[in-house]
Amino acid sequence: MAETFKYRRFKDKAFQGAVVAIALVSMLPLFLIIFYISKTGISAINWDFLTQLPKPTGELGGGISNAIVGTLIMISIAALMSIPLAILIGIYLAEYKESKFAGIGRYCLDVLQGVPSIVIGIIVYILLVKPLGGYNALAGSFALAMMMLPVVAKATEETLKLIPHSLKEASIALGVPYYKTILKVIVPTGMNGIITGIILGIARIAGETAPLLFTAFGSPFMSVKITAPMNALPLLIFNYAASPYEDWHNIAWGASFVLLVLVLILNLIAKLIASKWKIQF
Amino acid sequence: MENTILKIENFNVYYDTNHVIKNVSLAFEKNKITAIMGPSGCGKTTLLRAINRMHEFTPHARTEGNIILNEKETSVNIMDLDAIEVRRKIGMVFQRPNPFPTMSIYDNVIAGYKLNGIKLDKTKEEETVSKSLKKAALWEEVKDSLHKKGTFLSGGQQQRLCIARALAMQPEILLLDEPTSALDPIATQFIEELFTELKKDVTMIMVTHNMSQAARISNNTAFLYLGDMVEYGKTKIMFTTPIDKRTEEYLIGKIG
Repeated sequence: MAETFKYRRFKDKAFQGAVVAIALVSMLPLFLIIFYISKTGISAINWDFLTQLPKPTGELGGGISNAIVGTLIMISIAALMSIPLAILIGIYLAEYKESKFAGIGRYCLDVLQGVPSIVIGIIVYILLVKPLGGYNALAGSFALAMMMLPVVAKATEETLKLIPHSLKEASIALGVPYYKTILKVIVPTGMNGIITGIILGIARIAGETAPLLFTAFGSPFMSVKITAPMNALPLLIFNYAASPYEDWHNIAWGASFVLLVLVLILNLIAKLIASKWKIQF
Repeated sequence: MENTILKIENFNVYYDTNHVIKNVSLAFEKNKITAIMGPSGCGKTTLLRAINRMHEFTPHARTEGNIILNEKETSVNIMDLDAIEVRRKIGMVFQRPNPFPTMSIYDNVIAGYKLNGIKLDKTKEEETVSKSLKKAALWEEVKDSLHKKGTFLSGGQQQRLCIARALAMQPEILLLDEPTSALDPIATQFIEELFTELKKDVTMIMVTHNMSQAARISNNTAFLYLGDMVEYGKTKIMFTTPIDKRTEEYLIGKIG
């Protein structure tokens, strides 16, 4: 009898150990990335790196200010384009979850989320680059918006679905019209989930390269004109890492580090909002 | 019945082809508590929800017949009114307390005005909040924490907050859908006493499947069985000398 218990306890411990080990393995790639990029990238970081423009080939130094500004501009425009639409779609999917059309919509979002980003880049090239006569930042933002849309819409839908039906009834029974009930009761109650979704969506597009290759294209100059080519961190990394120059490689590492820190911070904020700003029903 | 405030006439409710309320007629007395009781699935909640047209949010629900609301001078069929107007005249309290989780106690009470965009000046607003909370017997417990979230209150307090929220709109009728079924006995007793107190301000129609609750606080009782109005009359009389055999069987626990 005692033997069997011992054996069972051993099996239990062995299994537990295996699960913990596998969990550690899943964290390993992330830690490797952070470690390697920090090691090689952090040496490139200094004030000039963040505030100066890239120098021409052959000249040492130079920074990535135009890429940082470009990334911020394009993400902001993409967010402005996609968030209102995505929230409305999410509300529709959560409110009419039974309807056939909502089912089709949900399926389309899944497919859109799965479309390779390079394909989105090509589509936007045809839609917004060719007709406008050249590469431009607006097209880049549009491509990023397309990638962000399903993330935010699905986050909104999932959050709103969890809100008890009784809250909607409470509002309706006070004589509040349906649309006001949605906008003033349901959406504020789900705001933490929606904002988490938005931040994760931004983190998702911040590092996208492929949709920008045929759209924003990149630029060595500081440009804030959305109808002209614009630089972005992932574009700069792509161009510099593929170059034959050693100091450009260093800049690419530094830019990777900046991008990584940005994405990590966004994820951290999303986690904080999700855990601290909990709504109790 | 003298002093009728609401009259249901030949009323039917269908879910698709399922006939759940069958030709019910009922008249509710002003400033009284009327209990609607019956076994689960008899249609009592369906009937209650039709009175402030909440059934319109149930897919495939449709009604036939009239519900006449007698106001001071006139009487109107609530099916002809705008549903939003009906719900402001006829408030509702639900099974589970459902205060708005993003709002403070104060904002919960005034929510009916705020959400509808009805502007009140500051003094009028504060007066409405304190008056409603006093009526709901919650004022003493929350007067120092009006700006805390309503969801921090206990279940019984939350339910009284929801009652205050409904009363703030100054409804003529309050519909109560098993208002104490999620509460413990002490909170239940407190709320029952509150309802008895509230009779002077508002007419209450209460759905319950708790027979002793109906016996304790209602003036009149309607017994619904499988969508039929079996018996309706003074609670005291019905509980002592029921006329219909089914009422008797329900009261002694044979059916239900």
